[in-house]
Amino acid sequence: MSATASIEQRRWRRFTPRQRLARFAVYLTLVVAIVLSARTVEVIPEFLYDAPEQMRDLLERMWPIAWSHYPKGVHEALVETLHIATLGTLIALVMALPVGLMAANNVVPNRVVNYLAKLVLVSSRSVNSLVWALLFVAVFGPGALAGTLAIAFRSVGFVGKLFGEALEESNRGTIEALEATGAPWSSRLAWGYWPQVKPAFWSIALFRWDINVRESAVLGLVGAGGIGMALDTALNLFQWDRVAMVLFSIFSVVVVAEIIVTQIRKKIL
Amino acid sequence: MNAASTALSVRGLVKEYVRGKKVLDGITIDFAASGLSAVIGPSGTGKSTLLRCVNRLVEPTAGQIHFGGRDIAPLKGRALREARREIGMVFQEYNLVERLSVMENLLSGRLGYTPAFKAWLRRFPQEDIDRAFALLDQVGLGSFANQRADALSGGQRQRVGIARAVMQRPKLLLADEPTSSLDPKTSVEIMGIMRDLGREHGIPVIVNMHDVELAKRFADRIVGMSGGRIVYDGPPDGLTDDVLKTIYGGESWLAG
Repeated sequence: MSATASIEQRRWRRFTPRQRLARFAVYLTLVVAIVLSARTVEVIPEFLYDAPEQMRDLLERMWPIAWSHYPKGVHEALVETLHIATLGTLIALVMALPVGLMAANNVVPNRVVNYLAKLVLVSSRSVNSLVWALLFVAVFGPGALAGTLAIAFRSVGFVGKLFGEALEESNRGTIEALEATGAPWSSRLAWGYWPQVKPAFWSIALFRWDINVRESAVLGLVGAGGIGMALDTALNLFQWDRVAMVLFSIFSVVVVAEIIVTQIRKKIL
Repeated sequence: MNAASTALSVRGLVKEYVRGKKVLDGITIDFAASGLSAVIGPSGTGKSTLLRCVNRLVEPTAGQIHFGGRDIAPLKGRALREARREIGMVFQEYNLVERLSVMENLLSGRLGYTPAFKAWLRRFPQEDIDRAFALLDQVGLGSFANQRADALSGGQRQRVGIARAVMQRPKLLLADEPTSSLDPKTSVEIMGIMRDLGREHGIPVIVNMHDVELAKRFADRIVGMSGGRIVYDGPPDGLTDDVLKTIYGGESWLAG
């Protein structure tokens, strides 16, 4: 016992003084940022006090929901939205496959090609679906075609990036073994990489379809077809009961899409 | 050793991963066209690098590798692939395509000979399929053809790995620590399978290994490496304690 007592007590701290200082700085910055932004937002107090009443008023106008509006005003637009989402996702998959392959350094060991592919993917993602839709409405005119292409061009970046990353994470040993058998590049791709990334690929595709169902619902606001157009019309005419009908339809479709995606994912993974 | 009975002839092989640091320091060695040779030595001494230089999974820095009547060290592209398909390789971590069936894993040994579009459609000549079934029987996995590789145990996976390599009809079989991830009993079985298949199909086998006793038991020839050089080359009987000290250094581990 006396032997242990004579040993100098050793201290252990989770963070070094420097790390503690850095952490304090981060917290301080956070607080300052919140205070500063709260001052810049310029809330108008009258509107804020008024908000609950306005909200109640809005909900009263929305109720009862105009169910009868569905068959003639909503159904067709809803189906068009699903078409835009599905076709847009399919086009995106076709475009994302080669770009994703080119972005993965282990598949195409050429830095220039990798960076070009990544540039394409980043450009696709840096533009919001609504902005893509505005561009395509300008080119092709309003309608479902513009919406479909907007969805496709926005999704390429998402699918391509995740697909490329899945490729880069695939097991090197398996590829090495196929290389050792003298398999050509295309066979290594089909036999080595594809089986490894197949579940990830379909999972990404389903996930993106799920997102696209939601995104295509608002594209109509800028004239790119789908249920968003029905929503836009109802909003502009202050037909709040019809707005409620449209919102309810979108909600139902999103829930159903979610259920379908979860079920399929369970099967393939 | 004359040319006809030599399968592989390595001349002055040097490998530097980092400039100036020789992992292989001028290896010169011949391997006969039959028999099982074991390469032993401490970890990090270049055994694995030597094997991987032979089929060019690792690029040699200097030296020649004579195989099939030519120097394969400078080969590129198609010529390299054609050389590789005549050299089978077995890996420590098996390196199977986990999500494909056992049969597909065996057929992947034929990818070097099969046009890509036929491989993609899984259209292989009947003789390849017959050979695959025969090999599965030989390694004791006759009823596993349609199992997925990731459903197999380590020993079973390594049997598939060996069968895949033999599917190539190789003129040389390399095995990089094939038993290091396996239990002692399975290790003995795997070594037995490699020796027997090598004999039956007339394929010379070169195995890297840690286990000196296992090497003595199965090898016709032992090559001891230390510090990137060959320090012993001879029959298993010649592996005296003195020789083992030269290979591994120290002696405290040579108990009794």
